[in-house]
Amino acid sequence: MYWLLNSSIGRKVIMSVSGIFLILFLLFHMSMNLTLLFSAEAYDMICGLLGANWYAIAGTLVLVAGVAVHILYASLLTLQNRRARGSKGYLASSKTDTEWSAKNMYVLGIIIVLGLLLHLWNFWYKMQFAELTGIHTGEHLPHEGAAYVSELFACPCYCVIYLVWLGAIWLHLTHGVWSAFQSVGLSNKTWYPRWKTISYVVSTIIVLGFAAVPIKFLLFNV
Amino acid sequence: MEKTINITLKVWRQKGPKEQGRFETYKLNGISGDTSFLEMLDILNEQLVNEGKEPVAFDNDCREGICGMCSLYINGHPHGPDNLITTCQLHMRHFNDGDTISVEPWRSAAFPVIRDLMVDRYAFDKIIQAGGYVSVNTGGVPDANAIPIAKPIADEAMDAASCIGCGACVAACKNGSAMLFVSAKVSQLALLPQGKVEAKERARAMIARMDELGFGNCTNTRACEQECPKGVSISNIARLNREFLKAKFAE
Ligand code: HEM
Ligand code: SF4
Ligand code: FES
Repeated sequence: MYWLLNSSIGRKVIMSVSGIFLILFLLFHMSMNLTLLFSAEAYDMICGLLGANWYAIAGTLVLVAGVAVHILYASLLTLQNRRARGSKGYLASSKTDTEWSAKNMYVLGIIIVLGLLLHLWNFWYKMQFAELTGIHTGEHLPHEGAAYVSELFACPCYCVIYLVWLGAIWLHLTHGVWSAFQSVGLSNKTWYPRWKTISYVVSTIIVLGFAAVPIKFLLFNV
Repeated sequence: MEKTINITLKVWRQKGPKEQGRFETYKLNGISGDTSFLEMLDILNEQLVNEGKEPVAFDNDCREGICGMCSLYINGHPHGPDNLITTCQLHMRHFNDGDTISVEPWRSAAFPVIRDLMVDRYAFDKIIQAGGYVSVNTGGVPDANAIPIAKPIADEAMDAASCIGCGACVAACKNGSAMLFVSAKVSQLALLPQGKVEAKERARAMIARMDELGFGNCTNTRACEQECPKGVSISNIARLNREFLKAKFAE
């Protein structure tokens, strides 16, 4: 299995599989967030289920590993690709008609990481971390997610920051989804346009699902 | 009416592989729209020779879009602003009077500049040497009807075979990746019965060589297929990925 690490296509398989895993996680996380639109109690119940239980901890560890691998390989690939490009650039910058997101996956990734750190500070630190360590890092009980959410989004600037973050995720995924299938060879002339459409559908569903909560707060302030 | 234009050229000049290069600016007047881009450079070179200066070195051979030698990065496009043509098929009618045109060599770590606008594309030959051929004994020439090949498959193979190995895909790619070239060379054989036998091994060997030569990792930006003079599709890259993974899982 050494080829996964030392061949270009192997490294792309790692990017693809870790990316798809992260997309599945986003879908899961997004569906849970949607309960908040209907019931704060139901949302807190879910938060309670995902606290310090063994399965929540195991899930978190797998997720951390997935994120770490994706970021590590993204950085490795980006560095290798810059080296392959050579030190001399072109005088006339490229006029080739390509998608902006396709060329800026790493930049989008950095925005995603920054948003992620803020997000962990806003929620994870006050919830799962508080429950695991018993340290009171927030005003509420660790499973009172709904209270933390309404507190944070009471400030419109946080709604906007989260929406910008989601915008970066949308751009990352409009390229990422079809690219992941192309990377593992599951594409051809018929499937390329299909994957492309699926990319837009999946990224839009994920992002709209997440955006629903901050948008609701922006519009109705509850 | 025939159009003639006056242009300013910014051309990359570099005396040798180890020398420091720089851009030189040249003015050319009264260039006919029917002049091809390379003929325009010939006119420039004549002018330079008459002035006692070194002519600009650039690769070219057939001047009809089949050999893959011509290789200029013109105004931000490999092979210039027109689509589905090589540099030698580009005409000056695509430019306007008073334009400044930048002419640069392919840029990629695996394609070092030899002189001026010429780059060393021997890396492509090395990739071909690693497996871009059929080495099984296919016997005598069979009857044309003996091995039926579906039309869509034959078309795919022919489309892949139209790659002329120019390297515009590498020049266009922000990752300096040679995947479009390699995928065309793998596909043209993998799709046909004679080449299918060694398809997996070929993909494995050619990718290993490609990586070793320092080409980048493909991130599916599609810049290659946008600039390929032969319209080779990235569906070939998906096929190459597939063949490579099949080879690795069969190990
Ligand atoms: C929300 C979490 C994320 C998801 C769902 C995600 C998903 C994906 C997917 C599906 C791909 C396509 C893989 C392929 O082309 O084979 C991809 C590519 C990429 N991702 Fe992410 N990603 C996420 C976060 C990040 C982060 C945090 C970074 C880095 C700092 C990053 C950097 C990249 C880069 C550079 C690529 C392009 C690499 C390539 O195509 O080889 N991503 N991502
Ligand atoms: S794939 Fe296209 S751009 Fe690349 S070498 Fe072949 S003909 Fe040139
Ligand atoms: S000189 Fe042969 S393809 Fe342009």
